[in-house]
Amino acid sequence: MSKENSTREIWLVFWILLVVTAIEVILGIVKPSVLVDNYIIGVTLLNMTFIVLTIVKAYYIVYAFMHLGSERKNLKMSILLPVWILIPYLLFILLTESTFQEFMLHG
Amino acid sequence: MNKEKSKNNIWRGGERPMEASYGKLMMWFFLITDALTFSAFLGAYGYHRFSHFEEWPVADHVFTHFPFIHGHYPLFYVALMTFILIVSSVTMVLAVHAGKHMNKKGVVFWLFLTIIGGATFLGSQAWEWYHFIKGTKHGAILVTSGQHGQPRVAHYVDSGSHNHDDGHPNDEHSSHSDPYSKESLIKFHEEKMEKEPFNYKYLNGNVVPKELLKEGKIIRGAPLNGDDAFQYNEYGHTTFSNFFYFITGFHGFHVFTGVIINIIIFINVLNNVYQRRGHYEMVEKVGLYWHFVDLVWVFVFTFFYLV
Repeated sequence: MSKENSTREIWLVFWILLVVTAIEVILGIVKPSVLVDNYIIGVTLLNMTFIVLTIVKAYYIVYAFMHLGSERKNLKMSILLPVWILIPYLLFILLTESTFQEFMLHG
Repeated sequence: MNKEKSKNNIWRGGERPMEASYGKLMMWFFLITDALTFSAFLGAYGYHRFSHFEEWPVADHVFTHFPFIHGHYPLFYVALMTFILIVSSVTMVLAVHAGKHMNKKGVVFWLFLTIIGGATFLGSQAWEWYHFIKGTKHGAILVTSGQHGQPRVAHYVDSGSHNHDDGHPNDEHSSHSDPYSKESLIKFHEEKMEKEPFNYKYLNGNVVPKELLKEGKIIRGAPLNGDDAFQYNEYGHTTFSNFFYFITGFHGFHVFTGVIINIIIFINVLNNVYQRRGHYEMVEKVGLYWHFVDLVWVFVFTFFYLV
């Protein structure tokens, strides 16, 4: 049976989401030069931080708010696997092609 | 209860192998397809952004308004919208939680707050769309010089600052009663083109050649109706505003339907429908949809406004 999450846990997740969003906004306004000038696989460190923080937020929303964390494993996997496989695949193709197109147009 | 039975027995029918009801499963599968739809939209946005990188605006320079305050306040407004949606998501979980304990009063209270939160978010989005459509005070010049004759957007950039104007209504002592009027816009650009054409720049910072500038068209905002609808926007490449309308519009439509569904469930709760049924699973199912709307906004926030 799914375990009940208490209201204390819900508010904890709320504060986590709030703090992570606040960090994102502050980074987006300040734009520290260390993060802007350094790259990981063609993406600035700042944008990489945003993406990681977004996935952290998505994890908390799906696992705590949508109670996926307390569902049976087979349900969890049948929901997560299609998303985990198809979305990165789609993004990989789209973003690779667009970078190629930009390269062909502007050199 | 499934634990006692052997694995072979589980799939023989009369069981719930995933320990979730039919309705809940279907909601989850709908959300998967919806997640794929949104990732396709955001992926297409990324595709266009990277293939027109030079003409793509920085969101910080576009979404700079905040109600009742004039000036350059990037990100604050979307951050507020994100905050509203996260709060409404929390109130939704609390409603689901109250439902699990058969606490009707709790469900009514938290579901009501969720509806208010959703409506507030929709209002905020309408406000943002209004400013996006209306545009800034000085607009931009549409210059035909891009690849394949595609028009490019050029802004008048004050030599003092790198940002284009944020539409302060009182930063110029003009005798016009309405600083946003079409006449004052045309007058402004005629004057500036004569005196300082070197201050007109493309988004990548290159100065617009003088002869091209003269042939350019003065534009403002991102029109949604009339002959120019979806043809251009003063912020950057045409597809930028079209994607903005499409993605935030589609998400806004989700929020809208979410609010409507929440209201229907709210009325059912008030009429004791779920109290009689013996469980509040319907609130949980609607809750899944509502959290998904929040989840999508988290991604839209990152990929439209931050990155």
